[in-house]
Amino acid sequence: MTSRVRPDPIAEVAARAAAGESARIVSTLIRMTGDFTLAEDCLQDALTKAMTEWRKSGVPTNPGAWLTTVAKNRAIDLLRRASAESRAIQRLAHEPVEPEGEEVGVDSDDRLTLIFTCCHPALSMDARVALTLRTVAGLSTAEIARLFLVTESTMEKRLVRTRARIKNTGIPYRVPAPEHLSARRDGVLAVLYLLFTAGYRATSGDTMLRRPLLEEAIGLARVLVELMPDDPEARGLLALMLLQHSRSAARVDAAGELVTLEQQDRGLWDADATTEGLSLVTRSTPNAGRYELQARIAACHAEAIDAEHTDFARIVTLYDELGTVAPSPVVELNRAVAVAMHRGPSAGLAVLDGIDAAGTLDGHHLLAATRAELLRRLGRRAEAAREYERARALAPTEAERRYLERRLTEVTR
Amino acid sequence: MEYMFFVCTDPTAPAYDPADDDIEVWVAEVEKHSGVHYGNRLRPPSDATTVKVRDGQLGVTAGPFAETAEWIAGYDVIDCIDLDEAIEIASRHPMARYGQIEIRPSWPFE
Repeated sequence: MTSRVRPDPIAEVAARAAAGESARIVSTLIRMTGDFTLAEDCLQDALTKAMTEWRKSGVPTNPGAWLTTVAKNRAIDLLRRASAESRAIQRLAHEPVEPEGEEVGVDSDDRLTLIFTCCHPALSMDARVALTLRTVAGLSTAEIARLFLVTESTMEKRLVRTRARIKNTGIPYRVPAPEHLSARRDGVLAVLYLLFTAGYRATSGDTMLRRPLLEEAIGLARVLVELMPDDPEARGLLALMLLQHSRSAARVDAAGELVTLEQQDRGLWDADATTEGLSLVTRSTPNAGRYELQARIAACHAEAIDAEHTDFARIVTLYDELGTVAPSPVVELNRAVAVAMHRGPSAGLAVLDGIDAAGTLDGHHLLAATRAELLRRLGRRAEAAREYERARALAPTEAERRYLERRLTEVTR
Repeated sequence: MEYMFFVCTDPTAPAYDPADDDIEVWVAEVEKHSGVHYGNRLRPPSDATTVKVRDGQLGVTAGPFAETAEWIAGYDVIDCIDLDEAIEIASRHPMARYGQIEIRPSWPFE
């Protein structure tokens, strides 16, 4: 016999409080105890206790504060039991046990500290991404496992190893000193952008599974901007994410097929996200960083009424700058597309020849697809067809293969 | 926390420039900072000797000679507040420029 699953209101309130508050609670506990694992264990214990206590005597007015206090008392209890001599307990001696339910002050600096610790360069990129989602964004291990297509136990092991590494290697729990801040901030931004691009790519691929990654990444970038309001690169990253995200609905048509930027119905772009993104973009500060520059490029597209009226001269200049600040073959490929739009397909092909000569994008479907597109515009259909075929063979997702197949049919017709 | 710094060679690093070697400055800074400091250069792997005891039998062999061009050229044991401080100290060692420094925390006494 199957039983209907009934919603459990207590569990829902607890889950909501945990999702909204876990970063604050865990960061408070880590600041107190200096121990990542202990902090997360105590939050779990508090949640378990909440389920019984709240059923018995009702949900408290401020579930987040209740969880914080219970988790904190649990930490003190565990530490006292573990060792009366430990350094942590000396620190805790100044933190009196608080009566349950009392408001606990947590300043926003704690979350910033937590982000910097989770994104420490001495951790592998995979570890940073997983720990940031778990500890800062408050996702469950099962959710993160699903996002990265691994089993829950694999993800659990990865998180356990990462927390152990933080403790064993002495990764500090604090915001880096001012002289290291910009280098370390870049590491944090790289983690957030990786989350975002993973989510963004997936929305055009075979699965919508990674879509929550997009929202998590934007949410975390928002937190970072809130915490470092004067940092141009943090603002640039948030702007870039919002402007790219604003086009989500137009990137895929009703049949699930990919639509290029040029052909997108701009009426489908999310106006709120565009407005917010544009409000964060600086126009011409000198020495702009990689995210600021990419945000400015995205802004050029966002401000144009259609592809034809896009300021490609400015986009080419911005890609030139980006190529100096953060040279990469993908930047060069995008520059080729902008050059083609600005000065014609032949000029774009010349840039592609340069990439070919360097050999840095050999075997990448986007190089062949771009070349095919420029050849098609020049009316060199046979050559275009060959490149579309190559690109189709190399394309990583089904949606991209179908898109290239359609283009191929058009030039061989 | 106590960290061991393995000062290693790196075949891909720029050629060693004796004029840029400010190891005395580094040592003075480290000793001023942590009070206690213990470290030295090591003779090359060609002067290494390996000792093993198997089934009560002592085995002594020459080497192991480095099969790669990366080998430990020196060591330092330094007490640091945390990994960030250890990274900061390592980054100022001249061999960070002409080789590489591997930082390992000591196994703490429970």
